[in-house]
Order: sequence, then C-alpha cells, then structure tokens
Amino acid sequence: MAFSASSPAPHGATGVLVLADGTIIWGKGFGATGDAVGEVCFNTAMTGYQEVMTDPSYAAQIVTFTFPHIGNVGTNGEDVESAVEGAVGCVVREDVTLQSNFRSEVEFVEWMKAKGKIGLSGVDTRALTRRIRMSGAPNAVIAHSPEGKFDLDALLGKAQGWPGLEGMDLAVGVTRSGEESWNGSYWQLGHGYHSAGVGDRPHVVAIDYGAKDNIFRNLVRAGARVTVVPAQTSYDAIMALKPAGVFLSNGPGDPAATGEYAVPVIKALLDADMPLFGICLGHQMLALAAGAKTVKMHQGHRGANHPVQRVGEGWGETTGLVEITSMNHGFAVDADSLPAGVEQTHVSLFDGSNCGIAIAGKKAFGVQYHPEASPGPQDSFYLFEKFVGMLG
Amino acid sequence: MPKRTDISSILVIGAGPIIIGQACEFDYSGTQAIKALKEDGYRVILVNSNPATIMTDPDMADATYVEPITPEIVAKIIAKEKPDALLPTMGGQTALNCALRLEEMGVLAEHGVEMIGAKADAIDKAENRQRFREAMDKIGLESARSGVAHSMDEAFEILERTGLPSIIRPSFTMGGTGGGIAYNKAEFEAIVRSGLDASPTTEVLIEESLLGWKEYEMEVVRDRKDNAIIICSIENVDPMGVHTGDSITVAPALTLTDKEYQIMRNASIAVLREIGVETGGSNVQFAVNPADGRLIVIEMNPRVSRSSALASKATGFPIARVAAKLAVGYTLDEITNEITGATPASFEPTIDYVVTKIPRFAFEKFKGAEPLLSTAMKSVGEVMAIGRNIKESMQKALRGLETGLDGFNRVVEIEGASRDVITAALSRATPERLLCVAQAFREGFTVEEIHAITHYDRWFLRHIEEIIAAEKAIATDGLPNDAEGLRKLKAMGFSDKRLATLAVRSVNVAGGLAETQAKRSGLLHDALRAMAGATSEDEVRALRHKLGVFPVFKRIDSCAAEFEAITPYMYSTYEAPSFGTPEDEAFPSEREKVVILGGGPNRIGQGIEFDYCCVHACFALADAGYETIMVNCNPETVSTDYDTSDRLYFEPLTAEDVLEILRVEQSKGTLKGVIVQFGGQTPLKLAGALEKAGIPILGTTPDAIDLAEDRERFAKLVDKLDLKQPENGIAHSGEEALAVAHRIGYPVLLRPSYVLGGRAMEIVDSDEQLANYIATAVQVSGDSPVLVDQYLRDAIECDVDALCDGEQVVIAGVMQHIEEAGVHSGDSACSLPPYSLPQDIIDEMERQAVALANGLGVRGLMNVQFAVKDGEVYLIEVNPRASRTVPFVAKATGSQIAKIAARVMAGEKLADLPPIKRELDYVAVKEAVFPFARFPGSDPALTPEMKSTGEVMGIDRDFATAFTKSQIGQGSSLPESGTLFVSVKDSDKPHILAPVKALIEAGFSVIATGGTQAYLAEQGLDVKLVNKVAQGRPHVVDRIVDGEVALVFNTTEGWQSHKDSQSIRASALEMKVPYYTTAAASAAAAQAIVSVKVADLEVRSLQDYYSS
Repeated sequence: MAFSASSPAPHGATGVLVLADGTIIWGKGFGATGDAVGEVCFNTAMTGYQEVMTDPSYAAQIVTFTFPHIGNVGTNGEDVESAVEGAVGCVVREDVTLQSNFRSEVEFVEWMKAKGKIGLSGVDTRALTRRIRMSGAPNAVIAHSPEGKFDLDALLGKAQGWPGLEGMDLAVGVTRSGEESWNGSYWQLGHGYHSAGVGDRPHVVAIDYGAKDNIFRNLVRAGARVTVVPAQTSYDAIMALKPAGVFLSNGPGDPAATGEYAVPVIKALLDADMPLFGICLGHQMLALAAGAKTVKMHQGHRGANHPVQRVGEGWGETTGLVEITSMNHGFAVDADSLPAGVEQTHVSLFDGSNCGIAIAGKKAFGVQYHPEASPGPQDSFYLFEKFVGMLG
Repeated sequence: MPKRTDISSILVIGAGPIIIGQACEFDYSGTQAIKALKEDGYRVILVNSNPATIMTDPDMADATYVEPITPEIVAKIIAKEKPDALLPTMGGQTALNCALRLEEMGVLAEHGVEMIGAKADAIDKAENRQRFREAMDKIGLESARSGVAHSMDEAFEILERTGLPSIIRPSFTMGGTGGGIAYNKAEFEAIVRSGLDASPTTEVLIEESLLGWKEYEMEVVRDRKDNAIIICSIENVDPMGVHTGDSITVAPALTLTDKEYQIMRNASIAVLREIGVETGGSNVQFAVNPADGRLIVIEMNPRVSRSSALASKATGFPIARVAAKLAVGYTLDEITNEITGATPASFEPTIDYVVTKIPRFAFEKFKGAEPLLSTAMKSVGEVMAIGRNIKESMQKALRGLETGLDGFNRVVEIEGASRDVITAALSRATPERLLCVAQAFREGFTVEEIHAITHYDRWFLRHIEEIIAAEKAIATDGLPNDAEGLRKLKAMGFSDKRLATLAVRSVNVAGGLAETQAKRSGLLHDALRAMAGATSEDEVRALRHKLGVFPVFKRIDSCAAEFEAITPYMYSTYEAPSFGTPEDEAFPSEREKVVILGGGPNRIGQGIEFDYCCVHACFALADAGYETIMVNCNPETVSTDYDTSDRLYFEPLTAEDVLEILRVEQSKGTLKGVIVQFGGQTPLKLAGALEKAGIPILGTTPDAIDLAEDRERFAKLVDKLDLKQPENGIAHSGEEALAVAHRIGYPVLLRPSYVLGGRAMEIVDSDEQLANYIATAVQVSGDSPVLVDQYLRDAIECDVDALCDGEQVVIAGVMQHIEEAGVHSGDSACSLPPYSLPQDIIDEMERQAVALANGLGVRGLMNVQFAVKDGEVYLIEVNPRASRTVPFVAKATGSQIAKIAARVMAGEKLADLPPIKRELDYVAVKEAVFPFARFPGSDPALTPEMKSTGEVMGIDRDFATAFTKSQIGQGSSLPESGTLFVSVKDSDKPHILAPVKALIEAGFSVIATGGTQAYLAEQGLDVKLVNKVAQGRPHVVDRIVDGEVALVFNTTEGWQSHKDSQSIRASALEMKVPYYTTAAASAAAAQAIVSVKVADLEVRSLQDYYSS
C-alpha cells in the first residue's frame, strides 16, 4: 500500500522521496534543501559512505544505504573520490549520527549541505531495497524542506518527466574540462596520500568519463605517470601526448550513449595496438569497441562484497581464484554478445554476469568492477600492476 | 577444486565439558562440521567427553566416542579407527592442544593420519607467542612491546621494557586462564607466577598495556586456493583490558572509515597467510589507538571460536560448516550460501542491522571472588540481540540477559551519589559498567566525562545518552498518546515493561509504588493511568496495540536484501510507515506449527543440557510433520542454528517479544502449541503470560509445574500419595525460620523459593549459622519466604527420569549420586545404573516416580530426586519438565528421551514410540566440572548451591573404570602412587577407613591431621600426622604447595571447620592435586585408583555400546 500523491505530509516530515510510479516516501530531510531528480539505487557497503557520495559514477543517482547508521565517522578531506558532483542524494534508515573518528573534520550532515546533496532519513531502507530488487531501480525526486512544505504533484511530475539513465550520456557533465597531470599516490595511515614518484615511468593517458581519483592513485602506485584528459578528447589529441598506454575510466550513465563519441576513439586506439585498460564504464565501452553489446541490469550491483571469479585461459594457477570486489554498475556487458577474439576473463559469482574481458592479440582488457576499491576490498590491485607491466 | 577423494574417514575432536571460555559454541561448530562432512560421504569419528552435546548424538557421527579428550585416550581411538585425517579446529583449545600433542607423540605419523584444517606448525605459530610475534614483524604488522618469560627473572627483565601497567598472558591456555593486568610490582609477580603455572609450556607473554585502546575482531575464512573473505567485523564497546569474551561487543565495526577498515581487512588476511592457516575460519584480534588509528595485532585463533559462532549467528554465514567443507578440499566458490540458496559462500556477508552481545556472569556463585573483569575470561554465557539500530540492539540485549533488566535499569547503588562515587564506579571494569554509564548520564555526567573515565567510544555513549534523555521525557510527560510518538520509543528498543516503569514515574507517586508498577484497578489506578498513559506492561501493550504500533520481522539474509533469503531467520524491529504499512517479512506458513522456547543465555544451572532438549524437540516434531519454530537469543547454541528449526526467531525471551512472535505466527496456519518445558526456567517463567493470552501450551500444564514447585500444594499431593518427604517448613521471617529449624532439628537446608541451580542454598548446623544466612544470603519477607528442610546427612541421593503420556509412565533412568545428599545434584557425580543400591530401593523409587507422574498429570518429561537413608526413601523434589539429567540419560541408555517426550507432548502415546532401553551391560558416570580456578578467593567446596559449568561422562564395563574415565575427562588424573592427605569430619571417619586402607595397600603413603590421624592409627593404619594450618608450620598447605601431596580427601562439618580448611582446598586446586570433599566420592576415587590402571583403559564407541 502506498500513499497517493495527495497525501498530506505526516507530522514532522521534512523530507520526501517521490517515485515516478507515484509512491511517496516520507522522512526527515537533511543536508541541502530543495529537490533533485535521479535514479534510486541501493548500496550494501557498511563503510565508505563519503567515497560513495563523491563517486561520479553515482551522478544522477539517489543512493539508498542499506546499513542503517550513516555518519558515524563524519567526513574528511581525504576520503573524497572526485571534486565533481557524484550522487545527488541519499536515503538512510536512522537519523545521521554525530561522528566519532580521529580523522573526521566535518559532520556528515554539514558536509551534505555544503556539497548540495539532499538526504532523507527515517525510511525503512530495507523495504525500499527489496522493492528495487523486485521491481527495478525507479526514477524519483528527493526533496528536503525544513518547513515540511512540498508540492507533491510538481515533484511527481518532475520524477515522471525525467528520462532515466538509459540512453543518457552523463559523462560530459562530470568529466574534467581540461588536461591534468596527476600527482597523487596511495594513502597511508599517519601519512596521508603519497605523492607520485619521480624518474622515468611509463606514461598513461587516462580518459576521465567521471573517474574516481583512487584509480589514478593506483596507476601511480603501480609505477605509471598519469595524465588525465576529458571524456571527449580526440584520438589525435591523445596520441599527441605519446602515451605508453591509455586508461578508460569509470563513469555514470549509459555506455551506449557515452559510447557514441567515446567508442570510435577507443576503436582507433585498439587499431593502433595501444595498450588499454578499462574499468566499469570504460570496460563497457571497450567491449562495445570490440563489437559486444551492453544491457541495462534489473537492479544493478552496488556494494563492497561482490565475488568475482577469474575464468578462461591465461590465469594459469590462479584460474578460479575469487576476488571480493567493490561494484557500482547498472549496465553490464552482455557475455553472449562477445565476438570471437574477445575473451571473458572474470564473472560475477552472484549472477554470472560479465565482469572482465581481454581482447586477443591486443594488450587490452577491462573489468566491470572497481579494483581501485575506495570504498571496498583491495584484492584486485594486481590489475593495475598488470596494466603498467604491459607498458614496458 | 572438488572434495578430496584420497581420504575417506575423519576424526573430529570436540571441546569436552563446558567450561568458562569454552562453552556450547563448540557443540554448535562441531555439529555443523559433522553434518557437513557426512553430507559428502565421509566416515566421521568423533571424540567428546561431553554427553550434553548434540554432536555426540549417536546419529550424528558414524562412530562416537564419549571418552576423555587426552592425547593418550585419543591415541587409542586412532589406533582402533585408523582415520585418514584429523580435524582439530572445531573443538576449541582442547582439540588444538590435543592434536598438537598427538603430533608430537608421533601418533599421527605412526598411523598415517593427516591433520586437516590447520597443520601442526600453523597451530604452533599462532599459539606460540614468540613465533607469532616474529610472524607479525615479518609481514610488517605491529605488535605490542613485549617479551616471553619462562621464569620470574626473565619476567622482571621484560618488565623494564614494557613498564607498568603490563598485561600477562600465559601460552596455550583458553580464555586467558592465569593471566591478568598488573598495576604494581607485587601484582606483577603474583600474576606471572600463576600464569607460568597455568601454561602447559610454563611460558607467559608480558606486554605493554594498551588499556583504553579500541578493540576489534575480524572473522576470516580462507580456502586452499588462497581465497580469503571476511565474515564479520566485531567492535568491542569495552576497550582493551577486558577479555573479549567478557566484553560487550557489537557487529559490524561502527567507528572505522573505509580506509581504516580495509587496513584491518588486509592485515587479517595477511595474518592467516603468514601463519599458514590453509583452510577454515580464524579470528584475528586488533587494538586500535583511538587518537591516531595505530593498529596492533593482539592475537589470532587458527580455529573456529566463540567469536566465529557469534559472527555466524550475526550474519547468517555458517562458518563452521564452511570451514569443514574447506578442510576436505572444496573452495569457497564451490559451496552454496544456504541462506540465499542462489549465491556461493565466496562473498563477504553484509548486514543491515546492528548486533550486540552482552556476556552474562556468575560472580554471586563464588563468594570471595571480586566481580572485576580483566584479561582472564569469567563470563559463563552471553546474549545476542539484533536491532535496526544500536539503541534497539542494546536494549534488546539487556532484557534478553535475564538478569532482571528491562532495559537500562537504574543502578540504585550509585543513584544520587557523589561525583567521586560515580567516577569510581565507572572506572571499575565490572559487569554492571554499561548500566553505570547510563546512570551517570542520569546523574548529569557528560559524554566527554564518561569517555575520559571509561574510554567507551563517544559514538556509543551518545546513543546511551539519547536513551536516557528519552527516558527522562517519559518520566516527565508520561507516555505519548499517538502512534508516531510511541513507535519512536519502541524503535529505540524500549520494552513495554520499561515504558510502564518510566510512565508511572511521571506521576510522581512517592515511594515504592512508582517502581513496582500499579496493577490493580480502582479509582487511584484509573487516575494514575490517565496521567501516565499506562501503569503496567499489559497496559502499555494494550495502548500500543490500540494505536496500531506493532513490531515487524526482518530477515537475516547475509546480503542486506540484495538477494532473496530462502531461510526464515528473523528478528523484530519497529519501522515507521514511511511508505504504507511497515513491511513485515515473517511470511508465516499455513502449516500446523509448534513453537519451542529456548533457554536464553547460558548460566550456571541452565546451560547446554536445556539447549540439547530444545534441539531434540525441534528434530522430533519436524519428524512428526509439524513446522518447528525456535525462539532463542543465545548465539552459542545449536538451537539458534538456522537449520535446526524450520523457522528461527532470534529474540529475547520475554513475554512481550514472544507474544509478538506468536501474534504473527497465529495469523496463518494453526498453532498446535508452545513448548515451555525444555528450556529451563526461562521459558517456564513465560507460561503465565502465554496462558493469559490464550496460547496453547503443550505437555504438562504450567499449573502442574507450579504445583510441584509450590511447597504447600506439593505437600498435599505427597500426603495424598502417601510418600515421605524430609521434614520441612516455610518461614516468612527470621524468627519463623528459627522456630521451624528447632521443630525439625539441625542440620537444616535453607533456600529461597523458586530457584534453579540452587542459588543461595545452604546447610546450617546452628542458630548462629541460620541467623547469618538470613542476614546475608536472602531477603526474607511475606512475598519471598525461605524454605527450611530437614537435612539428611550422609543420605544417598538419586535422580529418576521418567516419561508419562497420561496413560503410561516409563522410567528412563535411575541415577545414583556419588556425593551424598546436600551437594547440589548438578554438582555431584552420578552413576547410571546405580552402583551400590539394592534392587528393592530402586524399585521403590520407581514406584514413587510413577505415582508422582500420574498424580501430577505429567505429559512429557519428569525428574524426581530422592534421598535414601537407612533403607528409607525420601522424596526431595520433583521437576515435571526437562531437567539437566536428560542428555546424560539419553547418552547413557541410547534412548532419545527428549525426542520421545516432545512427541508425547504433541499428543502421541508412549506405546507408539520407541521403547526405552533399561538393561545395560555397562556403566555411565557423569562428573561435574568447576570453574574455581577462575575465581581466586572463592572456596572450591561442594555445597547445595550449584557451581559447576559443565559435565563429562565416563562410560565403561564397570563402575570403577567408568568413574576413572569421568575423572580423567573432567581434568584430574588420578594418581597411581604418592602421598594421600586425609582430613575428614567425625561422621565420615568410619566411611573413610576402607578406602584409605586400600590405598595404603596399593602403595600410597598417608598423612592426616589430628583427629583423623588418631582414628586411622587406632584402626592400625600407618598414617603420619601433619599440622593443620592453625597449628603452625610446616603445615598441610606447605606440603601441598611443595608438591608432596598427590591426592586429597577433605570433608568438613560445620562453619568453622569449613572455613579453616578452605586453604587446603584452594592450594590443592592451585597445585592441580585431585581433591575430594565428600567421603563417598573419596571412596569412589580410591576404588578407581586401586582397581583401574589408566594405561590399560579401553575405548569403545556409543554405537558399539548400544548395539550390544
């Protein structure tokens, strides 16, 4: 049973989530005021809410955190995955708690406000998650009004009028505007982020479709020198930087939409035998460039506990090894569409969906998940080493 | 990688008796392991001396040896069974230590037995402090500054580096026995000495103190392909300094950023790899400096543990089952996650709720021991609670503890006290510290102030502060009269009962009324209710239901709802109707169902035996076609395993919580009834509330149970049946007690009514002792009278277990106690069948049991205790419900009496169920196991108050051999030669003569104190005199401490003599000298020593006994 759009706000409700199907979910608003539209997804990680909220892949998404307590460790200047807008809002079960952690600088509520993100608390996030599992990720508007005044019809209209992620190129909105020479490396307790090492290092040009900074840090840690370029950088401009390899980043939205301009570039790089490594959206577009198809998933994979298994030739003794991975994707490469010469290298043990490919005869591979972690397990750093190792 | 086919039989070593630090979590893990291995077609051989376990049920393993877990005995089992492999990681420290010894002795090599799960070297590397530290250095993980000492001199050298306070941990002991924190040099010396002694390798680790640091645990599972996953992170609310088994803990970790959590995750996996745990579950413990996140590895257990049981129950991930599968070669991706049925075990569970564990203690049982928590574990059980937030989780845990709490009850001792007194209370690590924190908030302390004293993380403190603020609001304004307001409180975990108490307080009624809840009707009551909203638990419930505020049930699914859970494993919470009616995932079935209420947290007097009965009820009723529904809150048990029952509710056992479950279960299908008679006192206490709510109760009626416990009602039945009870009376005041005692004549047994485990029972011999008991042990009043019984000195006590279906009574077993009447039946050893009673006495007891079963209208199980004195049978007490003896009788006879009873309770007839085997050509002896070594300062003597934590069974062809095995099983090895010390009370002197004579003939030399020596010498025995402690040195304690005494027989009479001899028992305990405190047990020990050679003991499986 759902409330109709004309239901009055219950006593004390200062926030609302209006789903495109007319479901109204009341709660307490926090963070920024106003409203924002996006797709409602869920994330099952128990740590790393700040990283999730700053991940550009969550652009145009409202994240439902399944873990009930959010805000426990506050926010800090380090656990940030990007300077650009990530998720537009979040839905949580409990009132946001005050922080208790030596690294915390700003309370989560204050931080949300400063970042212009809207939060909604007091919601049965498990029920919402089950709903997403059963009927797919809905489009919705999240709104926060300290006075509890909402024009539900307008909000519903906005949710229904939003076209949804399918066919949407969101990368243009979250990519860098110019070229950037990256200088950060891995994080260490008591030290913070290391800076990039000096000396002669293979040069990686990383195309930013909405990248998480930790990818660049991992590339540097693995021994590369990294230059980040905007999503729509041309093949010629990339080649002019004389890369030893090109990295294709993660990002939000539909790979088919972004692929309209990105895939031709990737194809040209492939034809030029440029070593390539793609993550998430980058992986999907590498697959598109190689002739495969992508599909929108029912509920997507979002969490930090997803098992991925190494399959196919080329793993030797480590064939069958399982990595616990961080995932965040609503689209996937259709394994059945892989053309000859494109090998499936990783699969999800949760649903068998494709999680990695390698292109025969080329130094080109991609993974659907997030080996850069942050948040999540760091089991898959070897992929960065593998890539940088190819650049010799 | 599929399972190994090069091995076909596997020996599993259990954990032995329940002791502090090693409880029924190892029955849970062992049972899972055996089931998992059998599923794959392996022949499983089990050794475990504990008969109260599910794992030793004859249909679990293929060959079950209820034999002592010593390397020598297990070696015999290996020689006989020739297993291909040995799985040592399921039976706690007992199994690990035994396996290591077998390896050292060359037994495994000789018989070609491969250790699976953990190799000897990995176990040693994890357990040996020095090697562990070197391993951590190698992988770049920090350890605390420390050193290993084998002597006092070495210890003092190390102290220079670590400074004070310092922490002392003995090697190879479980639960930190013999360890502690030293704040000064004198303490340091004392603790190091006891630690060196407790360690089988005379080795202690001395460490810098990390007091006040945060403590975490990670549960890790690894397979042989090197896949490693974290099952659960656990954060201790109690900071470093309190043993993790004694700490309040929560899952998951709540105050770490992802970066810090991943450091811990990587470190945990690195530890497993470096130590070399190839397959299975391990637990890694960390300390974290809250100021800068500095991480230190404390220790790791290369086996399943108490924490892995907790982690399994907290997440739904069956660690032991998976570890067993991994040990035989499977990899994680080849094992299905049975909770979802759709995903593999190679993932990391994620949860969408908060789990709280609170330990339960038994300090009141050990007078003289200080209730202070330290690095040596002292708790006897634990409760786990699940809530959607920390407040709900904590408050559910508090009421689930069953220590009289409804939530954060007031701590009267520090209420209104000065700041100094409260500060002092907060600074002591006591079992009540969490409640003191709440009280401190009431007294105006701030989060910062309490944090500075307790080092509890501010995050937890703020939530407690919010609970207290909400309490204050209720106590000022009464209960909210709207659904939203009430739901908010319920979502914070407040019980109806707690709300009633707080509401009444809002009316400002003076005195006791405000606290006791006004229940009666009338003008005053109506006025009170109008002002407060409700004045009793029932009224709060009524108000809540009227407002439509009901809990909903959510599933524990290991994946935070990402996948559908096919296993109905549930907990309750309160959700706001933020989009329609709150979602309830209970989805009750249309089937005919039986609800079994479990026993809650383990405690002395109510432990694994009752869980065993509940589990059997589940199995039996499932066989009979019912849907079985289990309710329990003890994470250590088999009953809370998701596949024991059809449906599992992990909830506190209070009337409120159980009634809400029943409301949902009754909404569909048919509730056949509830079983309250199998889980001990815990579910029985709920019978009244269930009956009042119109819930059908299966089996013997609560009224009949009450009849048996109500002195006056029971006396009438006894008269009617023409049975004989010891003289007795009831006293409602000290004067009355004195009068009754004079009528009966001393000695008398005193006890408060309605107790389990004999708490506060005592035998007194004089007016003075009686007065002392009344003044110190109990509060006597009109509402809580004291029972006074004639004490039958030197009587033989017996237990008779019987089954009754309303038409027929069947005797299941007659047990003769070895200790005389007066020692609590849970603490005395006993023999089945009786070893020295004439048949006519046995027949008479059986006749009386039958009469009682019929007279009480028993439907199901009944236990009767008799005392036999001078050929006369006295009825001591009747318990028309499952009792502690049930699993022992079942194991001794091979008859599944708990299962039969459950089916009788559901309406079947005994005639239609399997018959019970009575003719045995062997003897089973049960012996109790005690935790005295954990409670320095307490007197290790047996009394009417139960103190044992567990039991072992010795089984063999005759009494002496079975008794010998029971003694070895409980940890004391009977000496074959040496010096016997005897000091017995006058009335025991004739009884002790023959045993002492027999031991002298067997080559023992004997020393004795004054009276005993004179008596024995007079009888012509060569007995040397030794000083009593009060007679000057060297006295008997000096001789014991010097290791000159091999065996102690010491019985006492009366207050003074008992006090005088305490140091004898204490020193014997400390020196691990076997000691017997009753004449009967001394005689049994002597008989065993004389007639049994330990080296010649033989082993035989239960299956073999039963088929003979």
